[in-house]
Parts: sequence; C-alpha cells; structure tokens
Amino acid sequence: MRKLALCDDILMQVEKPARYIGGEVNSVMKDKNKAAIRFAMCFPDVYEIGMSHLGIQILYSMFNSFPDVWCERVYSPWTDLDQIMRRENIPLFTLESQEPVREMDFLGITLQYEMCYTNILQILDLAQIPLLSKDRDDSMPIVIGGGPCSYNPEPIAAFFDLFYIGEGETQYRPLLDWYLENKEKKGSRLDFLKGAARIPGIYVPGFYEEVYQEDGTIKERRKLYEEAPDVICKELVMNVSNTHYPDKPVVPFIKVTQDRVVLEIQRGCIRGCRFCQAGQLYRPVRERDVEMLKTYAAKMLANTGHEEISLSSLSSSDYSQLNELLDYLIEDCDRKHINISLPSLRIDAFSLDVMSKVQDVKKSSLTFAPEAGSQRLRDVINKGLTEEVILKGATLAFQGGWTRVKLYFMLGLPTETEEDIRGIGELSNKIAAAFFDTVPKEKRVNGRVQIVTSTSFFIPKPFTPFQWAPMCTKEEFLEKAHQTRKGIMEQLNQKSIKYNWHEADVSVLEGVFARGDRRVGQAILTAYKRGCMFDSWSESFHNDLWLASFQDCGLDMEFYTTRKRADDEIFPWDFIDCGVTREFLLREWKKAQEGIVSPNCRSKCQGCGARRFGGGVCYEEGKEEHEDQD
Amino acid sequence: MKIRIKFAKYGSMKFIGHLDMMRYFQKAIRRAGIDIRYSEGFSPHQIMSFAAPLGVGIESLGEYLDIEAVSLTSTNQLTDALNETMVEGVQILAARILPDTVKNAMASVAAASYQIHLKEGTFPIPDLQESAAAFYAQAQIPYTKETKKSIIEVDLKQGIYEMHVGETKVLPDMMSAAAAMLLPEAEADCITVPCICMTVDASSSGNIKPTVVFEKFCEFTGCKIPLSNIQVTRLETYTNSAREGEKRQLVPLLLQE
Repeated sequence: MRKLALCDDILMQVEKPARYIGGEVNSVMKDKNKAAIRFAMCFPDVYEIGMSHLGIQILYSMFNSFPDVWCERVYSPWTDLDQIMRRENIPLFTLESQEPVREMDFLGITLQYEMCYTNILQILDLAQIPLLSKDRDDSMPIVIGGGPCSYNPEPIAAFFDLFYIGEGETQYRPLLDWYLENKEKKGSRLDFLKGAARIPGIYVPGFYEEVYQEDGTIKERRKLYEEAPDVICKELVMNVSNTHYPDKPVVPFIKVTQDRVVLEIQRGCIRGCRFCQAGQLYRPVRERDVEMLKTYAAKMLANTGHEEISLSSLSSSDYSQLNELLDYLIEDCDRKHINISLPSLRIDAFSLDVMSKVQDVKKSSLTFAPEAGSQRLRDVINKGLTEEVILKGATLAFQGGWTRVKLYFMLGLPTETEEDIRGIGELSNKIAAAFFDTVPKEKRVNGRVQIVTSTSFFIPKPFTPFQWAPMCTKEEFLEKAHQTRKGIMEQLNQKSIKYNWHEADVSVLEGVFARGDRRVGQAILTAYKRGCMFDSWSESFHNDLWLASFQDCGLDMEFYTTRKRADDEIFPWDFIDCGVTREFLLREWKKAQEGIVSPNCRSKCQGCGARRFGGGVCYEEGKEEHEDQD
Repeated sequence: MKIRIKFAKYGSMKFIGHLDMMRYFQKAIRRAGIDIRYSEGFSPHQIMSFAAPLGVGIESLGEYLDIEAVSLTSTNQLTDALNETMVEGVQILAARILPDTVKNAMASVAAASYQIHLKEGTFPIPDLQESAAAFYAQAQIPYTKETKKSIIEVDLKQGIYEMHVGETKVLPDMMSAAAAMLLPEAEADCITVPCICMTVDASSSGNIKPTVVFEKFCEFTGCKIPLSNIQVTRLETYTNSAREGEKRQLVPLLLQE
C-alpha cells in the first residue's frame, strides 16, 4: 500500500486532505528503480486550479508514455498546510510517490499567469531547493519553466535554470536524452545547461544579462556564454492531429474547476484581436482532424467516467469541422447522458441551435465579449464584433428562451474616451431593450431579463500590438469603473443590469510583471520574503507588502506600466521569436491608433510572420494556389 | 432492478468525504459500463443511494450503496467490472439483487459495528477488558450532545448494543486494519494489536458516533487518549429485520430481505 508523506494527524487538520494524497484514477505509478528520469510537474497554484489545466495533463501523459521517465504532479500546498510544513520542516512531495521533490531530476513549473510568481518561490522553498538558480548544486533538480508567461521570462529569470519556450510536445525528449547522456559522462550541472542551450526552444537565463541605459530602458543583452544562441525561437507542433494527446486524464476525487473531459480542437486563432496575447503567441492556427477528436472524445469519456465534455480553443466557431464534431458529440453524449459545454462560441443562429440542444435554456446564460463599448474602440482593438451582430444574436437568443446574458468589457484600452465608457452602459441597455421588444409580456419568465456586465482592466502584454501602449494607473482604472457604473445607472433598463468590476491593485501588479525586466525579480523575491503568496486569491493579496517591496528595491512600478514605449525600445522579451514579427506588431500598433481594422487570417493574410512555420490558413491557401498553377 | 453493492474503504481513501465518494462512484459506474437507470428530466442523474455516511478518517469494511440497473449480466460481472476500475483503497466486496420490496440503503440502516485501535503505543488502561465490561455494565451513560441548534442530554447506553475488547490485525504502513484484512499479500507484514469493538445505533434518528463512545470510555477509566491516535474501522452496517414491537434483529445490509 502507498504510504503518504503527511501523517493522519496533519491530513485531518487541513482543509481538503484530498489535495495531497494522490492515488486518483489514471494517476500513474511506476517502479522508481526502473525510471532513469523522475520529473515533477508543477502547477503553482492550489490543486483544484492546477488539476483543471489541460497542458499539464498533456505533458504528464506524454512523459509517462516514455518507459524511462516517471512524471509526477505537484501543486501549491494551501496556506494551512504551508504553515505546518514550514513549522515541522516537511519537504514538499509529489502526489504519486509521495517522495520529496528535491530528489527528482527535474522540477517543471507551468507559468499560466503572472500572479503565480510568488507561488513559484513557495514551491522551491518548501521543496528545500535554493530560490536562485545560481545557488543550486549538482544534487538538485533542474528547475524548468514553460507556458505563456515564459514568453517574457525575465522577471523570474533568476529562479529558473532553464525555460522551454513554446509547445511541449517537440523538444522534451531531446532534452531528457541530453540529460541522460550528460549524467552518463559524469557531466556537471553547468555542462548540462550548456548542452541544453543548444536545443531549439531552450533558454538558459544564466547565460545572459541585461544592461540598462540611464533612463532605465534596456541598452543591450549581453551573453555570458559565447555559444548561447542570440534568439530563442518558440517550439510548436505543426501536425496537431498526429501528436501526443492524453486518452486517460487523471480524475480528481474532489470537485475541481474544470471537472470534465477537455477536447482541444485547435491551436492558434485567426482573429488577431490586438489586446490578446494568446492570439499572437499560438500562431499559426492549426486544426485537429475531426476523426482524431471523435476517437479521443470517446476514449477519454470511457476512461474517466466524466459526465461532461468541453471543447477548448481560442475561438471554437472558427474550427472548420465544428458541425460534424458537434453532430457526433450530441448524438453520442445524449445516449450516454453526458453534458456538452461549449465555451467561446460566437452567438448566431447556428450556435444557438446547438446550445438549445445541449443546455437547459432556462438555466444557462449567453456570453458576449464586445470588450469595448463603442464601435470606434472595437476597431482600435480589432475586435470584429459589431453592435448589430450582438443585438441580432441577443434577439435570436431571447426568441429561443434565454433570459440571461453576460457581457465582458475591458477598461483602460488605448485611446479610450468617456464616450467609449458610456457605450458600455448604452450597449447593455440596448440588449435589455431588445428583450422587452422581442418577448411579449405574457411569455416573460419572471417578467425580466438579466444582464450581467463585467469589466476587467486592460493590461498590455508582450508580443501584442499593444506592447508599446501605456497602461492606466490604479486611480484611473477606478475612475473608469466609477464612470461605467454611473453610465449604467443612467440607463432606462438599469434595473435589469448588474455590474461587476475587478480590483485595480492586482491589475497594476500584473502589468508590472507582464512587461517587467530582470530587476523586477528582486521585488518578487522581497515580497515573497515578506509573506506574499497566492496573490491571485484576493484574501491573500497584500498590496501594501508589494508596494513596500518595490520601494525597498528602488523600483518604480510606473516605469513598467504607464510609460509609453518608443517604437524602437528594446524590450526584455525581444530575444524570443514567437513567429509573429516585431514589424507586424508595430504595423498593427500604428493601425490601432488610427482605428483601422485588420481582416482575419481567413479573409486576408496580414503577413504576421508565422507562416514560415509552414502552416496556418494563409499557408494552406497559398499551397492550394500553387497546386492550381501546377 | 435494485442492486446492493458492499464495499470497503481504507488507506488514503479514508480522507475522501462522503459527497466525493458519491461522485467517485458515479464516474466509476460510467467507466465500468454498468447499465444504470437515469432519472428523467433535462439533467438526468444516476439512481443511486448510499447507506450511512462515513466520517473522514474512518476506514470501513462494510459500506453500501444501492443502484437501480436497467440490465445486468450477473452480480459477479458487476463486481468484477467495478473492481477493474477502482483505485487503491476502495474494493467492491459483494453485490446482490434485492427484492423490490426492500427500502433503499439509507432508509434501511439501523446499526453499525466498529472497532477502534491505536495508531501508536498501547492502551494506557489497566485491565482493559474489565474496564470495558464495567463501562458497558453502567445502567446509564449520560452524554451532552451539542448540535448547531441545541444542547441536549442523551443516554448513550440506549444506543450501544454491544461492546467488548478484542484483537485485530493491522498493516503497519498506515496502521490499517481494513488493509490487513483485504490485502492477502500483506499477511506477512501484519501485526496484532488490541482493539475495542462495539455495535451502535446508526439510524438517521439515533446515530451514535463511535468516537463519542470511546471518549466516554476514556473519561470513565480516567485515561487520556487523543482522538488523533485512534483508528476507527467500521466493520459492518446492519438493518433491523424484526417487526415492530419485536426484539431487535440485526442483519447485514447485504442480506436484507
């Protein structure tokens, strides 16, 4: 029988002991004596969040398909257990073997959002691994980061031995093989890192340093190891239909955020919304073959027993085989009493028809993400959603029996005016009015419609056209939220509209991390030492500690947020090549300021640069043209 | 048809609460491909009923759930198919087709038997057997029951149907008595330790927690044993087959007629 790392007494004291016991259905146990490499895969947040992440399930399954590798999971111990582990000096352990993380060969940490940065330090600290890469010796695991935040790894560069830039399916095997070879040769940790730097997509931060100008911007990046590459090109899988996908995802005992089978139907997005980082990072768009998806849907449902399946992509409506896939799922799932959840669908006659088949119309709500209140600002951000389309979709939905609508907007977008903000209230009001126009009195359920309007604060991200844009201050953000609220209160149907907005402090900090350089790492370390952790959880976010930490390090947060960057400023992330060129992003930034929209990839290629990977809508079409000529 | 399933829960699974066990079985039944009946309506759910909820931290050799099946090859096939997809720490022990007249598992529960052993050390109670006998021989065992709503005085004795001192095998890994009984390969590693055994009321109206009886017993002997050092194991869950007015006749839920 598996022995647990924590004694009964501790497990009985903590909230949700199931977070720490492992042993779930489809979790992988191996003979540790037969595993040449032990890999701890970590999502630095609480179990319920980490277990909901598809990327980890893919990598976990892929690593464990290698006979010589045992991959195990680690999540952040919640604050209750954290305290006990520190007090009793219990080292952080993996869920499967319940053995210390420190004894593993690798510790891989996925970086899904900036606000997890202090949790990385918690993980290292509890694992009893030095927080800084330079302080680690040959006996310690190689600490490797990956995921979207690794596209600007500089604020956390000092905590990692290396970063894997891009999609995990391609270069891990070569990396592990090199690890084994180096071990065989009795090579050192440094030898390993030097060799790893030669592998495509692998970035070893210790081989570089940033040099700053007097105004604080970057003067240059200097190499400390001559053979380290100047540019790191992201890794990606071109054939997403013939690559590793989990058919036996781990099934948690406790309810987690994403408690369902997740089917990733495509990667990338043709849309090109200018605020969206994922839309640029994952270019070019690559669809999975519909037959592959059907096979995996069936296998995953059979192997997990989940009662729900969800499609995942940045924009599911753009998947070309969506009809066929949904027909199959609806028929198959109905037979098996399985629910289908359909996020990120454009609201139109087709999607409403599909949704009415798979959801309880009375209970579910419709989601629109206009992101900005006016057409002018929607053009600036290249969100190709018009008021006409939204109102038409809402009207159709009200006819179909829906009475709940969720609207998502951003505040603080570049060029935003008071008029744009007023537009948020006005659009919400028009949707409510459309309900009263569409649904006759006698047919109104409870007599009313429910509009929930939510705003988040816009944070400029690397590798987007808005990477040059200034971000608002906390005071500006709150003023904008206040104006939005006022605008909604002035509306005729204000009783039908509920308004939610976010805290501004966290957004400001996220803005600093997103476009931060290496100096920001000092503040993160300082804040952690002052007790910051779980910053994405409002109950454990301490803005005062963060402000003090930045001050201690002599860093001005506004330097990273509110400053408008010059066209030719060197950014901390410039050494990464994500496929999309800087010229394209700058072109888009100029067009944004003039309010000129760019058509999506399917309508007209914008020359973003990702085509050189040999894929994407433009590439496929180009190929066809070429073939026609032959 | 109604099928009653008996299972054991032990090891790390003792930390999984009742609601999560229900979710666990819903998924397990899908994985095992069991032809369970679903309720009507827009979001149909499996027709399933659990007997007596087991507290977190307690192991059991006598857990029950009832399911309503549309079709069934055999109860052996069902047991095998479920065991095929169980995790370590849950084992299906038996399944039986119930007569249609039997009330569901939850409504049928009348009593449960438990044993309590120490995870560390020995009982600091001199003459354990005699002490237990003397404790049980009391005419009344008054106990102040505090609930969210009220504080009431109850007589525990009414609900303790039997109590004695015995011995049990345990697997030292997690000091699990259930694992010692269920895992034949563990035989050689097992040790034998004393335990306190009891059968108590487990009906929805008069449920008695074994830990409460244990605490009263410690109080009676003047010994202090922290609850964190005891392992409770539920051995069996019973229904009362006696007719109204007759003497109580406890029958394991699996055999209910």
